[in-house]
Amino acid sequence: MKALMFGWEFPPHILGGLGTASYGLTKGMWENGDMDITFVIPKPWGDEPKDFARIIGANSTPVAWRDVNWEYVQGRIGDVMDPQLYYNLRDHIYGDFNYMSTNDLGCIEFSGRYPENLLEEINNYSIVAGVIARTVDCDIIHSHDWLTYPAGIHAKQVTGKPLVIHVHATDFDRSRGNVNPTVFSIEKDGMNHADHIITVSNLTRRTVIEKYGISPDKVTTVHNAVEPLNEELLNLEAPPGKTSKVITFLGRITMQKGPEYFVEAAAQVLHKVNNAQFVMAGSGDMMDKMIRLAAKRGIADRFHFTGFLKGKQVYEMLAASDVYIMPSVSEPFGISPLEAMQMGVPSIISKQSGCAEILDNVIKIDYWDTNAMADAIYSIIKYPAMFNELREQGLAEVNQITWDKAGAKVINIYRNLINR
Amino acid sequence: MKAICFYFQIHQPFRLKHYRFFDIGNDHYYYDDFADDDIITRIAQRSYLPANQMLLDMIKENGKKFKVAFSISGTALEQLEQYVPEFIDSMKELAATGCVEFLSETYAHSLSSLYDPDEFYAQVKAHDEKIFQLFGQRPKVFRNTELIYDDDIASMVYSMGFKAAITADAKHVLGWRSPNFLYSSASAPKLKLMLKNGKLSDDIAFRFSNPEWASYPLTADKYINWINELPQEEQLVNLFMNYDTFGELQPRESGIFEFMKALPRFAAENDIQFWTPSEVVSKFKPVAELAVPYPMSWTDEARDTSAWLGNTLQQEAVRKLYSIGERVRLCTDRRIKQDWNYLQGSDHFFYMSTKHNDDGSVHSHYSPYDSPYTAFTNYMNVLSDFMTRVEEQYPASIDNEELNSLLLTIRNQEQEIEKLHREVEMMRNNIVKDTTGDFPIDEEPAPEPIPEKKEEKPEPKKPAAKKPAAKKPAAKKPAAAKPAAKKPAAKKPAAKKPTTKK
Repeated sequence: MKALMFGWEFPPHILGGLGTASYGLTKGMWENGDMDITFVIPKPWGDEPKDFARIIGANSTPVAWRDVNWEYVQGRIGDVMDPQLYYNLRDHIYGDFNYMSTNDLGCIEFSGRYPENLLEEINNYSIVAGVIARTVDCDIIHSHDWLTYPAGIHAKQVTGKPLVIHVHATDFDRSRGNVNPTVFSIEKDGMNHADHIITVSNLTRRTVIEKYGISPDKVTTVHNAVEPLNEELLNLEAPPGKTSKVITFLGRITMQKGPEYFVEAAAQVLHKVNNAQFVMAGSGDMMDKMIRLAAKRGIADRFHFTGFLKGKQVYEMLAASDVYIMPSVSEPFGISPLEAMQMGVPSIISKQSGCAEILDNVIKIDYWDTNAMADAIYSIIKYPAMFNELREQGLAEVNQITWDKAGAKVINIYRNLINR
Repeated sequence: MKAICFYFQIHQPFRLKHYRFFDIGNDHYYYDDFADDDIITRIAQRSYLPANQMLLDMIKENGKKFKVAFSISGTALEQLEQYVPEFIDSMKELAATGCVEFLSETYAHSLSSLYDPDEFYAQVKAHDEKIFQLFGQRPKVFRNTELIYDDDIASMVYSMGFKAAITADAKHVLGWRSPNFLYSSASAPKLKLMLKNGKLSDDIAFRFSNPEWASYPLTADKYINWINELPQEEQLVNLFMNYDTFGELQPRESGIFEFMKALPRFAAENDIQFWTPSEVVSKFKPVAELAVPYPMSWTDEARDTSAWLGNTLQQEAVRKLYSIGERVRLCTDRRIKQDWNYLQGSDHFFYMSTKHNDDGSVHSHYSPYDSPYTAFTNYMNVLSDFMTRVEEQYPASIDNEELNSLLLTIRNQEQEIEKLHREVEMMRNNIVKDTTGDFPIDEEPAPEPIPEKKEEKPEPKKPAAKKPAAKKPAAKKPAAAKPAAKKPAAKKPAAKKPTTKK
């Protein structure tokens, strides 16, 4: 089966959970065998894994004819794309886009991030998708998250193949209810055009059905999973001089993640316990506010901010942690507690997060219930049996949550659509 | 001829209130009285009281041929006394018919049989005392918490003088053997064992009102027929169940009460009698010995102790609890003793089970907590506070043995002092009779402070009560003091030596 996927991020250059999930799912589907996946991202760096999917960069897909020779193409984009593919794509340019700002290869530049002119990039991405859809043969089209919905719709119109959209988050999650009308309309448009919608949790499924008015039989939940960690990360150890318990919040410090509840719970625990340190790792628009709040509660001496952590730093932080907390106000899935569990860190998650639907060996609390959060933290750092039980059972549980199972479900959805 | 032996369990734990870590050291009251009151009142109204009435009717109707046995935990009795006193009265009425036998168990429905033999003995004694006090019976047959049983427990039970013990019919222990015989224990061959007939018991307790069950609807006629059709040599059918089967697990509308009422008639037609455990034990002979090296119970699919001790949370909580057992028994504070009892309830550990599937849904059905982890957190917070209180009584720096000998010394001295006081008084009286003396008074206070100092450390109750009595004659007749005073003063060092050596 040949699938054409549109995504925005792909490891190792990722900005959030979307990239990790796209990668895991693609790999999991490939592990099920008989899948030929083409994955389009705005801007590949050349070091993406290529063994289970063909990566096409939107920024190396021509939309305007340029007469360039093989050597030139090879020199310019050879590290991310086979020059032959460039020529194939060039043969399928379907309109005159010379009025747009294109480069020497007739390609549109993409930042591959979430810039100010994001809407423009989304639009450009969908123009490029038209070229790709005309070039690459596929049985099904799969769009990851709202940024790529317009591209998916375009590809569907060009090819007439069924469109699956994958809802990793909705604007209701990101904005605590104050949705941006433009984003909402893009999301809604995508859902209307889709032949099937995959959501990452039942929580998101309900949002899609209730807030976007989509028929329930069109929406299926496929929970995310995690990639097994390599030996190097698993063998990371806590720094030798560590004497106190470390409780960690890891994620963007934004409204959606509920950082203020973490600070309030920390204040409660620190009034009772001396040998504990709280760490808020990450960055975001609420960071300064949180620093002020910690100072106001008089706990700044034992409440630390690390700033944005990336790659291995994340796992080093987890290795040094005794408790991981994700107090998200609204989390479509939330892959990070699973990563913490892989590192053997007991986790506390909010009931308002999607991963709470599939996890048993974690402590689940309401995000606003700072009392319960403080109780749970205290219990884990004070009672070794609690720590050990959560650690061991959590490890056993998370090792069962693998992408190939999620991949099989997605393939099943494809089959039903194609055979319809 | 066949015999049915009914035994009903009544137990309610003292549930813990939401106890936060901030409360540790500040709040020493741990219980959710509202929930306890609510639950026991509801169950009593829906089940215990109507069921008692049903049994009473049945006994009256059948001319005392219908007999049953009860096992009621101490904590349940306390709650019933407090919240549903009419139930105790109705139970007394049942007891007065002579057709009801009360069984022995641990007062707190605890797991002490597995962890703390001393505590186990103490609790069984306390429970039997309570039963005697309320219902005027001394239990002769023992049944452990949730029918937990193994060879070690058998030895303990036998050493306490029980004739028989009641336990479950775990498949992994029984194998091909039938529960419908009387067995005896392998470790204490004189202790007889009655095993639950799991199938027939659960037909009533769990399947009775289930319309998807192949044998639904179950009638008394059909049921007695099943028993009658058992092989001729299988003469004993032990039907053990929770008392709230009637009216709560099987609602009144299911016809469970009518089913029970009809049993004796059909039983009589087929020459099936109803016996109490004591009767069973005296009339039947054990057919074989049963060796149970690992504890079994009647709970969960596994029929072992994993419902309470299956994961590390549960093991840790139980271990921590019983680590202070010896210390608590040295304490004399009434509230500590009471909390100690309530905290031992097996239910607290039951709530911490992390089992899933069918077993898990049973655990979460009874649990007041939304997750086993919350149950553990709450319990450990309470236990932390309790342990600090025990610590405050006697610092942990002294080990138990040392503490024990110190306490013994104090107790011995107390007795010694009391003896001497009596002697003093006697002598004073003698002196008063003989002389009206004119001895100097200045030595009079001397003997008093010495015993007083000693008395401050131990329980002050007894000596304090006696002191004024001893003082009075001395004060009234100061003249008599001197010769009397000399004696204790002289004897004191002599009296001290032998006791401190211990």
